[in-house]
Amino acid sequence: MLELVLIALVKSVVVLVALLLMVAYLTLMERVVIARIQVRVGPNRVGPFGLLQPIADGIKLLLKEDVIPAQADKYLYVLAPALSFGAAFATFAVIPFGDTVVLWGRRISLGIADVNVGLLYVFAISSLGVYGIVFGAWASNSKYPLLGGLRSAAQMVSYELCLVFSVVGVLMLSDSTSLADVVAGQAKVWYAVLQPVGFLVFLMASFAEVNRLPFDLPEAENELVGGFHTEYSSMKFAMFFLGEYGSMITTSAMITTLYLGGWRGPFFPPVVWFLIKVVAFLFFFIWVRGTLPRFRYDQLMKFGWKVLLPVSIANILVTGLVLAWTS
Amino acid sequence: MATSERMILNIGPQHPSTHGVLRLVVELEGETVVKVTPHIGYLHRAIEKLCETKTYHQCIPLTDRLDYLAPLSNNLGYVLAVEKLLGLEVPRRAQYLRVLMAELTRISSHLIWLGTHAMDVGAISVFLYTFRERETTYDLFELAHGARMNVSYMRVGGLARDIPPEFTARLKAFMAEFTARMDEYETLLTKNRIWLNRTRGVGCLSGADAVALGVSGPNLRASGVDWDIRRAAPYSAYDEFDFRVAVGQNGDVYDRYLVRLTEMRESLKIVRQAFEGLPDGPVMVDDPKVAFPPKERLSEDMESLIHHFKLVSEGFSPPEGEVYSSIEAPKGELGFYVVSDGGPNPYRIKVRPPSFVNLQALPKMAEGRLIADLVAIVGSIDIVLGEVDR
Repeated sequence: MLELVLIALVKSVVVLVALLLMVAYLTLMERVVIARIQVRVGPNRVGPFGLLQPIADGIKLLLKEDVIPAQADKYLYVLAPALSFGAAFATFAVIPFGDTVVLWGRRISLGIADVNVGLLYVFAISSLGVYGIVFGAWASNSKYPLLGGLRSAAQMVSYELCLVFSVVGVLMLSDSTSLADVVAGQAKVWYAVLQPVGFLVFLMASFAEVNRLPFDLPEAENELVGGFHTEYSSMKFAMFFLGEYGSMITTSAMITTLYLGGWRGPFFPPVVWFLIKVVAFLFFFIWVRGTLPRFRYDQLMKFGWKVLLPVSIANILVTGLVLAWTS
Repeated sequence: MATSERMILNIGPQHPSTHGVLRLVVELEGETVVKVTPHIGYLHRAIEKLCETKTYHQCIPLTDRLDYLAPLSNNLGYVLAVEKLLGLEVPRRAQYLRVLMAELTRISSHLIWLGTHAMDVGAISVFLYTFRERETTYDLFELAHGARMNVSYMRVGGLARDIPPEFTARLKAFMAEFTARMDEYETLLTKNRIWLNRTRGVGCLSGADAVALGVSGPNLRASGVDWDIRRAAPYSAYDEFDFRVAVGQNGDVYDRYLVRLTEMRESLKIVRQAFEGLPDGPVMVDDPKVAFPPKERLSEDMESLIHHFKLVSEGFSPPEGEVYSSIEAPKGELGFYVVSDGGPNPYRIKVRPPSFVNLQALPKMAEGRLIADLVAIVGSIDIVLGEVDR
């Protein structure tokens, strides 16, 4: 028993540290890729090739004055970034990033936990993330964050729905909500091939879920200055950012797991394949940000409810019909 | 029963999308803009009043700072008014070079507008692309005038100096690549579904309203009013150039975008014509009472020295009278009303700034729309606060 707990603990720590590192370097990757898209050079001064830039950024943010506005609701104001940060990272607990390995005579599965309701857990936790944003916006007691918070509440609720509906197709194919089983189900064909519509809906909805352009309305710096995090500074601001980039990584990991066969792939070890796929999606996120303008709030809602939701429901129907036909 | 309250939101004077120090007091119902009141004056430097204490030539650097994104157009508008007061005929080479520079300025001003406007709507990369080309135009200005932004290139009676020989090759290179660059911006925006959704049917201004509000420039033409001072009342030899005046139909943000894009292409056409048909000759009028003598002559002949001394210490004194002269600046009708009492300083100078007048159409366009539209609309009017506040 103690052994199991220890293994889980070690895995958690390793994954958390790896994720934090990934988040740090994701910010660097974003800055460099965006710079290349925009015919700029990007950060290249701190360390070789700018590799120490994320560390410099972190130190800078830590040393900034931490302001809590006088009119703010102090507890919620402090709780919000932690929620947003925590939810983004907790999701990763159920994502399998490799097959089982044998270490010191023990079989250890790569993935912190294989929960039989893995998918439900993912959606439950990622729904919690929106509370971070809404609490932060409300607690700041300021107008721009309020508008940002209202937008994000509406946006997250509507797109969560599309996200869940689009995944139902995958569940019907895999017959299980455990993510390990979902990966196992893709041994022959990726679900992206079997579920192209669901895949696309999931992809678009996940942009809304992680607040990225063209769906970055809760922040929308050109309209709402900073949206929900306008009043935040120092490490609390950084926590929101870590949360956002963390959920970018978990979302990419989710897409990889659900639709692109997870860690499966020839030649390279599973973990490498998993990383390649995740990084490819992260690049895609950044690429889109460098290309597209932003949706307007009402258009976003219209798109979610009138296009994505019906399409994902139709996808479930068609999947069901095909499954009934073939079995 | 639920009650609804209106929220008053203060946008600016420090806000990413107000293009300077514009302050908008917005009454919101949810995200819908019920009322918008622009508050201006944060950049007031009393330029018109300052002009009264200066000689006519000393006013030129002040005009640079009106619409600081189009300094050459401001120079041109001012010197044309003073030349009208003096009754001067400017040499043809100077006229052509003025047109060339004014059109390059239009391109550079529209480029900044395009970049910032696209960024307001969320397309961040376009901003960097347009700044790359604007950089090239500024390099050209630097080569010809010695300064990049506040150039003060024009003089009453002509230009400060002729263009240097290496200007030719650089301008040719710019003309050769610019069309392709324009196509590049258009692939990112013109047919982009999201861009269309964000701009089409947003911030409509009918032609009648535009005229009633005194709107001018691309904003007026986007509303379907075919009016361009370059064609209606040609100045500085504009009647010798062949160009098309872009006109829109709906007067929405998208039409203003299309009109400005077409204008950039047309400006390039004018630049090419002015460059190819550039006449030889002096760039300064031969009138020693107005024009500065060449610097090298000062050590050679007494006459030049005296003229130079008189012009610098006292300036020239136009006859008593008043004139209004206007040009088609990148942002609209830029007019200068100059009153002379016969002395060496202007008695009064009044600027008719296009941005100031265009800005008053903002409530008409934005009320009843969403806050995101407000940002897009402010961007599409293309204001410069240096000109609004003066």
